[in-house]
Parts: sequence; C-alpha cells; structure tokens
Amino acid sequence: MNTLTDAWHWLTDSAHWSGDDGIWHRLAQHLVLTVVCLVISCLIALPVALVLGHLGKGGALAVNISNIGRAVPTFAVLVLLLLTPIGKWGEGPTVVALVLFAVPPLLTNAYVGMREVDRDVVRAARGMGMTGPQMLFRVELPLSLPLLMNGVRIAAVQLVATATIAALAGGGGLGRIITAGFNLADTAQVVAGAVLVAVFALLVEGVFEVAERLAPRWAGRAR
Amino acid sequence: MTAPPDDCLARNEWICGEYLSTRRHILVDAVVQHLQLTAVSVLIGLAIALPLAVVARRWGWAAGPVLAVTTILYTIPSLAMFSLLLPVYGLSATLVVAGLVLYSLTLLVRNILAGLRAVPEETRQAARGMGYGPIRLLLTVELPLALPAAMAGLRIATVSAVSLVTVGAIVGFGGLGNLIYAGMNTYFKAQVLTASVLCVVIAIAADLLLLLVQRLITPWTRAVRG
Repeated sequence: MNTLTDAWHWLTDSAHWSGDDGIWHRLAQHLVLTVVCLVISCLIALPVALVLGHLGKGGALAVNISNIGRAVPTFAVLVLLLLTPIGKWGEGPTVVALVLFAVPPLLTNAYVGMREVDRDVVRAARGMGMTGPQMLFRVELPLSLPLLMNGVRIAAVQLVATATIAALAGGGGLGRIITAGFNLADTAQVVAGAVLVAVFALLVEGVFEVAERLAPRWAGRAR
Repeated sequence: MTAPPDDCLARNEWICGEYLSTRRHILVDAVVQHLQLTAVSVLIGLAIALPLAVVARRWGWAAGPVLAVTTILYTIPSLAMFSLLLPVYGLSATLVVAGLVLYSLTLLVRNILAGLRAVPEETRQAARGMGYGPIRLLLTVELPLALPAAMAGLRIATVSAVSLVTVGAIVGFGGLGNLIYAGMNTYFKAQVLTASVLCVVIAIAADLLLLLVQRLITPWTRAVRG
C-alpha cells in the first residue's frame, strides 16, 4: 500500500511534530481537552447521579438522557454552538459539546450502579444506625464503583471521539491534522492523523482496562 | 417565527419559514441521502453481524476475538475511521457506508450474542429431545428467542448511524451533515438548525418504527408482560 508508506513518511518527518500545527501541540490540546472536560463532566454528573441513586428518584430521567444523547449528532451540536455567542470564545463550543456528550454515560452508569447495590446490604446498613450520608459514602458508593468507573471509561472514549470531530468545527486537537489533510487533499496526512487519533483513543481505553484489572487488588489490600 | 418570511433569510435568523419553502429540494435530497446511507449501512451491518454472532455462540473460542475486534473498531473515533478508509474507497458514499457498517457491527454482534446466550438450556434440550437438528434449532428456537435483544441492538445501531452519517460531510456524503457543514462555513443559522433538527427527528422516527416492528414480530413478549 503506497498510501501507508506515505503516511509513515509523514509521521516520521520531524518537521510535522513541532510548531503550533505540529503533532505534539495537537496531542497536548487533545489530552488537555479530554482530561479537563472529563473532570468537569464528573463534577456535574456524579453528585447528581449519586444523590438521585441514593434517594431512588429520577430513574427514568437518568436512563433516558443516555438515549437522547445518542440521537443528537455531535457534529450538529458543535456547529450550533459555534454559531451562538459561545462560538466567540475560542474553544468554548468544543468544551460545552464535550461536556454535554460525556455527562449522559456518567449519569446513567453511576445511577444504575447505585440502584443495583443489594437492597439487603442497604437495609442492614440502616439497621446498624448509619445515617443517609454514611450509607451513601461507606456502603453504596464503594459497591457501585465498578459500574461508575465503567461510565467514566465510556465517557472518556466518547470525549476523545467528540474532541476529534470538534476539528470539523474549528476546534483544536488531533482531528485538526485530519481536517488539514482533507483541505490540502493530502491523503498521506489524513491517514497519518487518523492513525494518531485511533492510537490515542485505544491508549485511553487501554489505560482504563489496566486500571480496572488492578483495582480489585488495591481494594483487597486496603482491607 | 415572528419575523415576516420575506427577510428572515437576510437577517440570518435561526428559525426561518422562507428557508423551508425555498430550499425544499435541497432538504429533501439531503434527507433522502441520509436515509439511504443509514439504511444501507445498518442492513449490511446486520447481514455481517448475524453470522458472526452465531459463529461466536456455536464455537466458544471465537467469541473472544470477535468481541475484541468489534470493540476496538468501536473505540476508533468516527472521523478517524472515515479517514482510515480514504485510501481504500476515496471520496465516495461507499466510504461512509463502510465506516458506519464497522460501527454498527459492535452493537449488533454484542446484542445478538447476548440474546442467543440468554436462551435457556432447558429450551434447547427440549428442542433437541423433540428431534430438532442444529440448523432447525437455530432458525426456529434460538433466533426467535434472541429477537428482543437483537432488536434492541438494531435500534441503538440505527440511531447511532443516523447521528454518525453527519460526519460523512468531511468527504461530501453526509446527508444532512453536508447542509450543516456548508451552513457552518457561511454562518447560515437557519440551515444548520433545520438540518440538525431533521437529524434528531429521523433518529427518533427510526427508533419508533423499529420499536413497532419489534412489537409486531415478537408478540409473545407482550403477552408475558400482560
């Protein structure tokens, strides 16, 4: 495959790694966008999901919000935000869109995790005289952690994908290498950018995979 | 809506009746392309996913690799997926369809496999005891019982495909995404909002249609629930 060797040459050319349009800068943008938006989304979604899950209210909302999120195209939201006043502050549309698409999986998974905690355990905790917050933080939260973390993982992968599409609407990140390649009709650059994005997404998924495998051992040691 | 239809285009308003009446052909063409891309991709995805899921169910060792590969494909962001296919398909509708097929595979294989695995062993044994061969068992017992889970996967895959088609605008085959892309470059608010709303409407309509189909082909699930 000729294009693959061209893409390889593009990637190994040190000139493409430096500067404002360089790979390092785009990678840093992508990473910062993903991490910052993941933190913001967790701060918004998790308290709401934990409280709703603890009280056992708003279940239909928490689950349906995920379905609605799937039906709304990321690209459309990015462009709509770009045309609103938010579009004037640089990465504003990207950040808002990223958070909007990361919140649903976080909310749904954390809520379902809270509700799937064995009711007998919760009743036992109440019988021992635990207060609401004690039950939430010492019983329900630890037991729902696997599902909650699964939500964080889905959200992180979603964030990487959305940040890539943001390049179509002028946002920063690795997607810019792809869109620039399309504008230059440079197939090698398009493929090189796509490989970078794919590897980045798989690395993020891999980090969570490893963390998940290590987690039970830590929990065991903590006890 | 409050503005007179004559100059809401000139004033670049979000909601514009004039836009709907003057660009009807463009909108209809975009919707048709959107529906075609979605339908073709999901149908091809289904045609590939079904045998994969059956193979993964029959031979346990195949399940791991099949699920791993489809999960890896699903992790790759859509823009990168379309770009990776560029050297193979060039700037064509086939590229968008191929990308969407790869995405729908994950959702479909996972759900069909879950449905097949959920068929009770007793049911299978009863069918075997009645003299059913493996093919007849699959076609008349296992697949029908896996239908609700498979349809759930089909609905998610279809709704996702409707949304992902828009990214195809990067190669010029994005259905309503083309209008959003063009509208972005010209700051045409009415076009972007109209196309976006139509996307969501198509997604919801497709979901409801499939839900209806599911009810019609699996009447027993309703009977059980009462």
